[in-house]
Amino acid sequence: MSIYKMPSLGADMESGVLAEWKVKEGDKVKKGDIIADIETSKGVIEAEVYEGGTVEKIVGKEGVEYPVGTPLAVIRTEGESEEEIEKEISQIESEKPAKQSEKGETGVSEVQKPTAGAKRPQEEETHRVRATPLARKRAKELGVDLEKLAQTVKGKISEKDVEEAAKKAKVPSFDKMRLAIAAAMSKSNAEIPHYYLSTPINMTPALEWLKSLNEQRSIKDRILPATVMIRAVVMALQEVPELNGFWKDGGPVVSEAINPGIAIAMRKGGLVTPAIIDAHKMNLDETMRALHDLIGRTRSGKLRSSEITQQTVTITNLGDLGVEKVFGVIYPPQVAIVGFGRIMDMAWVEGDAIAVRKVVQATLAGDHRATDGRTGGFFLSKLDKILQNPERLL
Amino acid sequence: MSEAKETTYRKAVGKAIDDAMKKDERVFLAGEDVGRYGGSYAVSMGLLEKYGPERIVDTPLCESGFTGMGIGAAMNGMRPIIEIMTVNFSLLALDQIVNNASHLLHMSGGQFNVPLVIRMATGAGKQLAAQHSHSLEGWYAHIPGIKVLTPATVQDAHDMVHLALADPDPVIIFENALLYNNKGTLDTSLEPLPIGKANVEREGKDMTIFAYGINLFKALEAAETLAKEGIEAEVVDLRSLRPLDDETIVASVKKTHRVLIVDEGWRSGSISAEIMARINEQAFFELDAPMYRVCTEEVPIPYPRHLEQAAIPTPDKIVAAAKKMMEES
Amino acid sequence: MKLSLEKAKKFYRQMLLIRRFEEKSAQLYTEQKIRGFLHLYIGEEAVATGIMDALTPQDGVVATYREHGHALVRGIPATKVMAELYGKMEGCSRGRGGSMHLFDKKLRFYGGYAIVGGGLPLAVGIALADKRMGRKGVTVCFFGDGAVAEGEFHESLNLAALWQLPVLFVCENNLYGMGTHLKYAESETNIAKKAKSYRIEAHQVDGMDVIKINEAARKAVEYVRSGKGPQFLECLTYRFRAHSMFDAELYRTKEEVEEWKKKGPLVTFKKRVEELGIWSEIDADAIEKEVEKTIEEAVAFAEKGTWEPVSDLTKYLYSQEVSS
Repeated sequence: MSIYKMPSLGADMESGVLAEWKVKEGDKVKKGDIIADIETSKGVIEAEVYEGGTVEKIVGKEGVEYPVGTPLAVIRTEGESEEEIEKEISQIESEKPAKQSEKGETGVSEVQKPTAGAKRPQEEETHRVRATPLARKRAKELGVDLEKLAQTVKGKISEKDVEEAAKKAKVPSFDKMRLAIAAAMSKSNAEIPHYYLSTPINMTPALEWLKSLNEQRSIKDRILPATVMIRAVVMALQEVPELNGFWKDGGPVVSEAINPGIAIAMRKGGLVTPAIIDAHKMNLDETMRALHDLIGRTRSGKLRSSEITQQTVTITNLGDLGVEKVFGVIYPPQVAIVGFGRIMDMAWVEGDAIAVRKVVQATLAGDHRATDGRTGGFFLSKLDKILQNPERLL
Repeated sequence: MSEAKETTYRKAVGKAIDDAMKKDERVFLAGEDVGRYGGSYAVSMGLLEKYGPERIVDTPLCESGFTGMGIGAAMNGMRPIIEIMTVNFSLLALDQIVNNASHLLHMSGGQFNVPLVIRMATGAGKQLAAQHSHSLEGWYAHIPGIKVLTPATVQDAHDMVHLALADPDPVIIFENALLYNNKGTLDTSLEPLPIGKANVEREGKDMTIFAYGINLFKALEAAETLAKEGIEAEVVDLRSLRPLDDETIVASVKKTHRVLIVDEGWRSGSISAEIMARINEQAFFELDAPMYRVCTEEVPIPYPRHLEQAAIPTPDKIVAAAKKMMEES
Repeated sequence: MKLSLEKAKKFYRQMLLIRRFEEKSAQLYTEQKIRGFLHLYIGEEAVATGIMDALTPQDGVVATYREHGHALVRGIPATKVMAELYGKMEGCSRGRGGSMHLFDKKLRFYGGYAIVGGGLPLAVGIALADKRMGRKGVTVCFFGDGAVAEGEFHESLNLAALWQLPVLFVCENNLYGMGTHLKYAESETNIAKKAKSYRIEAHQVDGMDVIKINEAARKAVEYVRSGKGPQFLECLTYRFRAHSMFDAELYRTKEEVEEWKKKGPLVTFKKRVEELGIWSEIDADAIEKEVEKTIEEAVAFAEKGTWEPVSDLTKYLYSQEVSS
């Protein structure tokens, strides 16, 4: 039996609005099924269940904002007794605020005499933004979304908060996502001692191999160079697992699964880094399909919660912008970010000859608490080796 | 040309009455001990000798009788100033003030206006205990048909007598008894600020303190303290509780977006409640914090000084309320 | 006693006018043309008629909520009084006062006051103004025996006497303050005696005999006008109808009412005029028809009247528009 709670869909998420249930009581769910849409600062996110079973009871109400960790539903797993369930449910019920438990339920222990004319306004359970009238007026004038603002303002929203939010809005591509990124990056910069490594990698063998591979394929099955790099990183990480994982509770945690977060720019600005879950279990074609799917769903706003919470490492590629080298900032609690610049034609020494080769600058930013430069260097050299022998990527 | 002079609130009221009587034979002053005694607050000292007992009329203790007399005289062409010794005793004249003075013009279909001036002392603070410490001006402001003035400054103490006498309808002037000794500048060359106009006594940007009568000075004192802590309070002297100057009130709310009202009356159903309601009606979307008020505690005013002070508005209470409001927003 | 035929006709016409006007009002009340309170003066017509005849246009009148008769004999046209009872804008108070608040500034009819005793201090003030401004007016203040228990009665008598003001206090003692007999309300039921205690010259008069009342009023008004101070007339009268339109009249017997009706103002008047040998010359029938016609016109006028537009609701709250 499990209790489905308001998931934390980001380090900065304190609460979320249960936008819509995708299941009803009695439905069978299996691990990974979408159980609900949760509205967060990052938009509406499809939330999955992590344990299968039967939806025994739904307690979370649509449209209500709940703090992370609030029980929303009870899911019964196979072979559980009725009693256990009852016990669990009653426990959840008792955890709810008093006004909820009082409402509607007839007390059996004592019968209270009704009071004449004692009708009182029913307390609204729906969430309401606490903003002053002036703040509301100004928000309307300045186009500031109070619902969103309420997620960052403690107490009530006053005119000042609205004005400040509006001022920030004038910065290009500002939105809540930007704020979330800002928070995460500030945290990263403040907490993580980064080290940076860079190495040029000769991409000619990989690209030529890819070219001949794609020539034999239909257009839709062709592999993009970016996929080659992702696959190479995943393979390198398998050999240097210290860079794949987290810094948690003061210590490094290596992740078994490799879920590389792929930095994807949003059309309206902003950046997300959804993960290709279990990339280590995929071959090159599967990786390609997964990447394609991820980009599509990212742009249409249909990401799964696991994809934006379970990254174990980040890969960023700014080559399309002509950038030569990327010095990334690690997304906490991850411990590494791998960057690729533009693939350039460069004079390249091979043996004792000089040839023109396609070269990319691969970089690594590592969390010095978790690993040191040697580990990073080892990783880059593995990456290089893999790319020099591209047939291994398949 | 300015004719500014330093004088007291008491003398300013007395001078206004004196000048009015000199100018207009229809004006007379009537009330308990206004003549031979010199006025219980010495406002009319010396006027009996000047104008004689027919114009400075000592009345017996019959608030309803002499107030009604004033109404009748006003209906029949005179300009009486009725002095009710204190607001506490005015309760004995309520029938005349409410049922007659304030209703007559409307009830008679516009035929009988009542150009009557009623003056009375108001307020607590002199350890006079429950029956001599009322502040019922907000209560009177409830009544349509009369006008309710609360002069705070020496200038207004003088000017409002003239404004009231020039008004064709009944006007009640509430003089806070603690103000009579107050010194201030009186410039008789100035055109009086009309009835129904509030006055911004101190400019500020962070909040507005609305006050009237003696509380104007408590509010100004509080504003000084607040300024030292970086809070710039605007202080508005309401001057007139009926009609209220909605225009000035709303304008100040639009400027500061925060409201604190100091009310010498009891909280429930008070003038501060009325002002809040009007701001709510007319300037709701200008508010950046809940409105606050400092009123008199809802008890009969006790005799001992510490309890009396605990019951009425003080600068400390105003400062505390102002800070609380600023912290909230 | 002298009574000219002309005056006799006038008294009869006025008393009959009040009687018929109020009978009609009672009927209109049942037809819901008139609403609110309607206090009828029937039985007491001689008082207003006898007193008002003694006044001049410079005199003022303060009345109570039972003041249709006073308004009519003071000279407010029946049309305007009836329109006021209807609540029409053509009424003497623009329809705003209704039965209890009839006003006419031009006639110095200072109005009907519906708080018992509330009119007395006003009469003192009106008289004070006349005295101070050197005018010769007398202010007549009508009130019932019920007002005698109010503080304002005593305050006003005291002030008027103290300052020697030209007020004629007229107590219409009809024995009942609503349903309470005078004997249950006053330790001293001789009201004139109370007035005397304030050093006011006071008399008791037969309130059913218009001629006697008129005689007493003339003397009193002359006395007051001469500057000797206020005077007080207690007119012993009786109300034939209920306090307001209808009451169960549990407080008095039918026999008592019938006894008083035998000496009602119209009956008494006829008897007195017959004694004078001029009743036949009065031509009561013609007066009856004339009064009937006046009432008909009054009702037609009121019916035709208009309602004050709601947009005027706050008009005259103050003399000048005050935004509040």
